[in-house]
Amino acid sequence: MRYWLTTLGLLFGLALSVVVVAGDDEGKSWIPSPPKAKQAANEQTQCVEPVDVMRRMHGSYLKHHRDKTMYLGIRTKQYSLVQCINCHVTENEQGEYPSIQSRNHFCNSCHEYAAVKLDCFQCHATRPEEAYENQVPMVKPEGHH
Amino acid sequence: MTDETNPNRREFIKNTAIVAGVAVAPGIFLHSVSQAKPDEHPVDNSVRWGMLIDTNKCTTGCDDCVQACNKEHGLTIEPSHRAETQPQWIRKVELKHKQTGKQTSLPVMCQHCENPPCQDVCPTGASFKREDGIVLVDKHICIGCRYCMMACPYKARSFVHETLTEQKPYSPRGKGTVESCTMCVHKVDKGENPACVTSCTHGAIVFGDLNDPNSEISQKLATEQSMALREGLKLNPGVRYQGV
Amino acid sequence: MSKHNITFEELQGNSTGFYALVGILGALVAMGLFAAYTMEHHGHVITGMDNQVVWGLPHIFAIFLILSASGVLNVASIGSVFRKAFYHPLARLSGLLAITLLVGGLVVLVLDLGRPDRLIVAMTSYNFKSIFTWNVFLYNGFIGVVGVYLWVMMDRSLQQFYRPMGLIAFIGRFILTTGTGSIFGFLVARSAYDTAILAPLFIAMSLVLGMAVFLLVLIASCVWGKRAMGIAFLERPKNLLSLFLVAVFYLITVYFITNLYVTKQHDLVYFLLASGSIYSYLFWIGYLALGTVIPLAILYHPIVGKTRNGIIAAASLVVVGGFSLLYTIIIGGQAFPLEIFSGMEVISSGFFDERAYHPYVPSVWEFMLGIGGISFAMLLTVMGMRILPFLFVPSSLSAIHLSPEEID
Ligand code: SF4
Ligand code: SF4
Repeated sequence: MRYWLTTLGLLFGLALSVVVVAGDDEGKSWIPSPPKAKQAANEQTQCVEPVDVMRRMHGSYLKHHRDKTMYLGIRTKQYSLVQCINCHVTENEQGEYPSIQSRNHFCNSCHEYAAVKLDCFQCHATRPEEAYENQVPMVKPEGHH
Repeated sequence: MTDETNPNRREFIKNTAIVAGVAVAPGIFLHSVSQAKPDEHPVDNSVRWGMLIDTNKCTTGCDDCVQACNKEHGLTIEPSHRAETQPQWIRKVELKHKQTGKQTSLPVMCQHCENPPCQDVCPTGASFKREDGIVLVDKHICIGCRYCMMACPYKARSFVHETLTEQKPYSPRGKGTVESCTMCVHKVDKGENPACVTSCTHGAIVFGDLNDPNSEISQKLATEQSMALREGLKLNPGVRYQGV
Repeated sequence: MSKHNITFEELQGNSTGFYALVGILGALVAMGLFAAYTMEHHGHVITGMDNQVVWGLPHIFAIFLILSASGVLNVASIGSVFRKAFYHPLARLSGLLAITLLVGGLVVLVLDLGRPDRLIVAMTSYNFKSIFTWNVFLYNGFIGVVGVYLWVMMDRSLQQFYRPMGLIAFIGRFILTTGTGSIFGFLVARSAYDTAILAPLFIAMSLVLGMAVFLLVLIASCVWGKRAMGIAFLERPKNLLSLFLVAVFYLITVYFITNLYVTKQHDLVYFLLASGSIYSYLFWIGYLALGTVIPLAILYHPIVGKTRNGIIAAASLVVVGGFSLLYTIIIGGQAFPLEIFSGMEVISSGFFDERAYHPYVPSVWEFMLGIGGISFAMLLTVMGMRILPFLFVPSSLSAIHLSPEEID
């Protein structure tokens, strides 16, 4: 019984991965290239956590931190969305910031590739704080209003 | 998880702090550095933030506080849309006493009730009161039912009626959720005064800790006549008025 | 307790008429969904609702449906709780409508939310102080209870549970309507709602609306289903409807008179009833004349009141009256400004506090959404009837309506 279940599970997993791989090959003619951050948070880990940890965990860090900020007024910078944006969203040569719909926007570059819908920026600012203070424009997204 | 005060992070934090420091516009009044809470400390109920508005000082026709609020929180007005759908966190009201004819000018915003009806009715718990008495909306879980707007006795809340862009980094706002005066919680947590308070050149708004008997606001409340709007509802708002 | 050997059947669903009905209802539902999508895409800016009148036409439709849902169950309750055998053949349809109308109302309510995509939040994150939260449970619980009630009705092996379930459903419907009424009753901020009379008023309205909707659906199912039904059969439900109409009229009179006793509220009563605003017209013409006086005249009329068309007309007018009254109370109550500064006259304000009343013009989107909700309820009803035996077999009724006195 156990044997058959395992086999079935394996077969299912295999079938799934075939589907995923096949799905991957089509229509993904580009590879995300998130822009470089302005600076390393520190030499050892680059970001505020090691990069591979950030890749996996940033969603839960942000969510955890947002509740601490909102309900408890804890305003540490390590996992703050504003700080992520401050460091990771950078200007182009013309001194303009990418729009959140663009693949040059740090967050969107991966999220669009992974087809994971981003809800944050319906409400949150998409550019670093300094962009708002100095009224730096945003590159107008094509075909959007 | 790593310790958030890890010395490795200092460099990063210091740099961002410089960015933030440059950001402080000239003329902002840091009421007391000692009041600034360390970033990693949660707020607690030893403090209750409040405002005292002296309508004798508030001037007819002046709406500096409204402008400052709109600017601080990026509340933009879309001229092509009906005015009733536009956001309003603080408004100026001109009153006339029905018997005496005495005229009064005053700003009205969320009164940061101690027993907020908006919080009582909110189905998801999105409307909440921080330990220090500031009433906020958790827009991550607000479903936009507008029950809180029905319940607020001061009509202090707005519903975001359209898609927004260009929100301010410290004042996230978005379509389909309800918002109201945050008492500039992002500034208060840094030890600064709310935008309306600093903008008032007539000195009509005093901001401070109602729980601290030595604060300016407590001293004034202890010695001078003041009242709450709709006092009969016993909501004990954090915003109080003089001279109405 | 015998069931008098009434038999039930499904709707015969292969006529052109049936497909046409399903097609039309389906199209109306699609229209409602399109309206909801448009409202969400553009935001509520395209509706007539705003920061002054925050609940609009969708809420009228939703509350209409929710009230009707609880009222309609009354028919089944009279059969099981009060042991009136006459109502047994109608009990199943009553239960079905209770569920479908409630679902239709809830769909409208949810699609009007600013963030309908966060329905899951509403279902998982609760604030137990909120009457809204309690209503989420009440609504779900009600659907469950009525579902079990229907099951017990249909499964003869469970006959011993028929009466207890009937009692539970009966209590459930009162709690449900009280809950809906309390959504407004707790709003101390607004003069129009700050009164204890709203809950009984809503209960009485639910009886009226439920009975009217029930009569309309019953007659439609007989006429369109080509199922024979003597007019005498409508006699009792129709008499109940008149009785409930009088009850609502009594409570609404109390509502305004108690408001008149509170001096502060004179302005509100004046505004709603005498100012010449849309609400005065809706009240006097929509609710009182069309929705109460004329239906009562029809129902008590010795000749017209005994015709099928007379009853259809009366029930339809009652629905119109119900809408008018809900509109007057819910929209009118918001249009009337808050009294924030007592003893003061507001000369000017950046947020319209100076207005004598707040205007509200519903948009076509809100209307489409509301119609979509009603259509969805009707579509579910028709499907339900098609799949399960909800309709009594007319020939099995003869014993009842020929000698109604003997049955009780
Ligand atoms: S004034 Fe209104 S929004 Fe502010 S806390 Fe009181 S009830 Fe809530
Ligand atoms: S609109 Fe949002 S904050 Fe207001 S009651 Fe509904 S969920 Fe709560």
